Amino acid sequence: MSKAVLMQGNEAAVEGAIAAGMRFFAGYPITPSTEIAEGCARRLPQEGGKFIQMEDELASIAAVLGASAAGMKAMTATSGPGFSLMQENIGYGAMAEIPCVIVDVQRAGPSTGLPTSPSQADYMQARWGTHGDHPVIALSPSSVRETYTLIIRAFNLAEKYRTPVIFLMDEIVGHMREGVELPNPNELIINHRKMSFHDGANKQCYFVPEGEYVPAMKPFGHGERYNITGLAHDQSGFPTNSSQIAGKLCQRLMDKVEKNVDHICRVEEYAMDDAETAVVCFGGGARAVMEAVLQARAEGRKVGMFRPITVWPFPEKALKARLPQLKRILMVEHNHGQMLLEVQRVAGNEKPVDFLGRIDGTVITPEEILNKLAEMEGEHHAQ
Amino acid sequence: MIEDTWCKGCGICAAFCPRQVLEIHHGKVRAVAPEKCVSCGMCELRCPDYAIYLVNLEE
Amino acid sequence: MPSDLVHLYMRIDHLPQMWCPGCGNGVIMRDVAQAIDELINDPDERFTREDFVIVSGIGCSSRAAGYLDFNSIHTTHGRAIAFATGIKLANPKLHVIVLTGDGDCSAIGGNHLIHAARRNVGLTVIVFNNDIYGMTGGQYSPTTPTGDLATTAPYGNLDRPFDIAQLAAGAGASFTARGDVFHARETTEIIKQAICHHGFSLVDVYSVCPTYYGRKNKKGDAVEMLKWQQANLIPGARFETMSQEDRQGKKPIGVLTHNDYPEYTDEYLKLIDACRKKGRK
Repeated sequence: MSKAVLMQGNEAAVEGAIAAGMRFFAGYPITPSTEIAEGCARRLPQEGGKFIQMEDELASIAAVLGASAAGMKAMTATSGPGFSLMQENIGYGAMAEIPCVIVDVQRAGPSTGLPTSPSQADYMQARWGTHGDHPVIALSPSSVRETYTLIIRAFNLAEKYRTPVIFLMDEIVGHMREGVELPNPNELIINHRKMSFHDGANKQCYFVPEGEYVPAMKPFGHGERYNITGLAHDQSGFPTNSSQIAGKLCQRLMDKVEKNVDHICRVEEYAMDDAETAVVCFGGGARAVMEAVLQARAEGRKVGMFRPITVWPFPEKALKARLPQLKRILMVEHNHGQMLLEVQRVAGNEKPVDFLGRIDGTVITPEEILNKLAEMEGEHHAQ
Repeated sequence: MIEDTWCKGCGICAAFCPRQVLEIHHGKVRAVAPEKCVSCGMCELRCPDYAIYLVNLEE
Repeated sequence: MPSDLVHLYMRIDHLPQMWCPGCGNGVIMRDVAQAIDELINDPDERFTREDFVIVSGIGCSSRAAGYLDFNSIHTTHGRAIAFATGIKLANPKLHVIVLTGDGDCSAIGGNHLIHAARRNVGLTVIVFNNDIYGMTGGQYSPTTPTGDLATTAPYGNLDRPFDIAQLAAGAGASFTARGDVFHARETTEIIKQAICHHGFSLVDVYSVCPTYYGRKNKKGDAVEMLKWQQANLIPGARFETMSQEDRQGKKPIGVLTHNDYPEYTDEYLKLIDACRKKGRK
């Protein structure tokens, strides 16, 4: 461990990304993510990397995908309105299999909403914002230090699976300042995309050997010539209208995430060993939940925290494993009930799921969570 | 050389051939007066489908 | 067997291309291949094939990226120039050529066009300008002349058209030019100059769309449309010698603006050097 520094969440995103090898950032100013662009503008040239402020978010994500196709680890950062604008090209990145990281520091919406206020209402958009069927990997940090380490993981997953990864922050974490001890750089695990072409199969650029899901990638300007397109394409990268080839491609895109959920999914469980009540939360919302759980435990109540760190794919297996011991689940999130739908899907009719949400741009307090827990416990006793 | 299967019969080559060497017949180009060809290459230059081009017969 | 040029630079397994009979796009695509071939084989220039990247957006024009056997990327509608900006910044030694259409680069992608021109990022943009949205079946575009017919202008187009070369010049592009399908040789030369230009270059090449634009507007078939180009698009040197009266209704082709402004990626590399020197002190 190196010495502690005082750092803001948005700054930690910059430093973590640079530690992960990110050397290209394209972005457009938007509250509450702007410090990430500012940090990249200052830091990237020092590291030999490049920052460009584009004319809008459509251009930002496009430039990021272009830079990644040319071999750089690339990132953009935005908030709700800009995230909406980026959706089409996030889908392009999924289809053309171009790794990159998109940071969304969520703010209260809808529309221009409350630009400086916290929210977690882009959760479903992170998964379903683009058109068409493709999987999404999204990670959500709940502290400044985790922002640093988790964004490195976001790059690692993007590179390993050749896909855009959504880094779903929120205003709480983005603007929070904490003293953090950053990990020693040589303790970090940094992954890079598989670069060489597979032999055989006419050096087809999207060739995937049997039993694997991710083609190797060669950056432009390194010898081989190939085509990238967002149209359905064959293994050579050329567009096709064949439903058989298109179906196979789309299935592989789904499989590369779905067959690797055990590797991709991470959760934090706190005081869950004997918990009868699980409070599910993610991102900045976990701060108040942790405090509420500590207070409930001090009163001898069997409450634990279940926090998906990988928020997409939803860590279904981990939650299912806890169901038998639980009497009830409380979903706490700063929206009108989005992750709630996933929790309900997993819990089915087995366990009651209650909800505490907020859509006015303020944060949920530990007291509110405790009151809600007391109310739930009372209700269930009465039954 | 004429690549018959690529020709879409648009008629550009025939219209701009300065020596009237070419003609469109049943939707495909054909050389009706090859002896008049002066190898100017206008047909190759303007064929959108790369269906006609010059070759050096001596080679 | 196709010609050597086509064999060498196109993905011939995918030919004949999917464009309509008489479409000008095939000629422009050949001009691009010819220009690159001449540059690669010019001993005074240092171009290698692997350093070319062809970037396109969406529309008829943009299918060209798939046919040209280079590093190629067929991106999303309007965003080709923004993708290209990322590619060029990531690896400035690449020669990044954007193949785009009038709708792709001046409607949905208009913002990226003017900003790339303003920044002077070293890209070469070749516009396949056919005055219409062909891929979707003939809707009016930002270059469709006022009064002309399109499926979305059944009573005549009310919009005033853009002159894309002038638009780019107005946005500060350091090199702008016009070409056309009829003057294929001249256009190939212009494309070569554009590629050699160190900075942002744009060549607005007038294509012809006999299927959706020509037919609907009684401009005749491909041959008639090319004859119109022959009569009305005049190579710059000759245009200069023409009287004001003779110039009526005609447009010059050739280079419009040519300035040496600092190129963006060059400037960025200087910035990196300066930052690193400062860091060492």
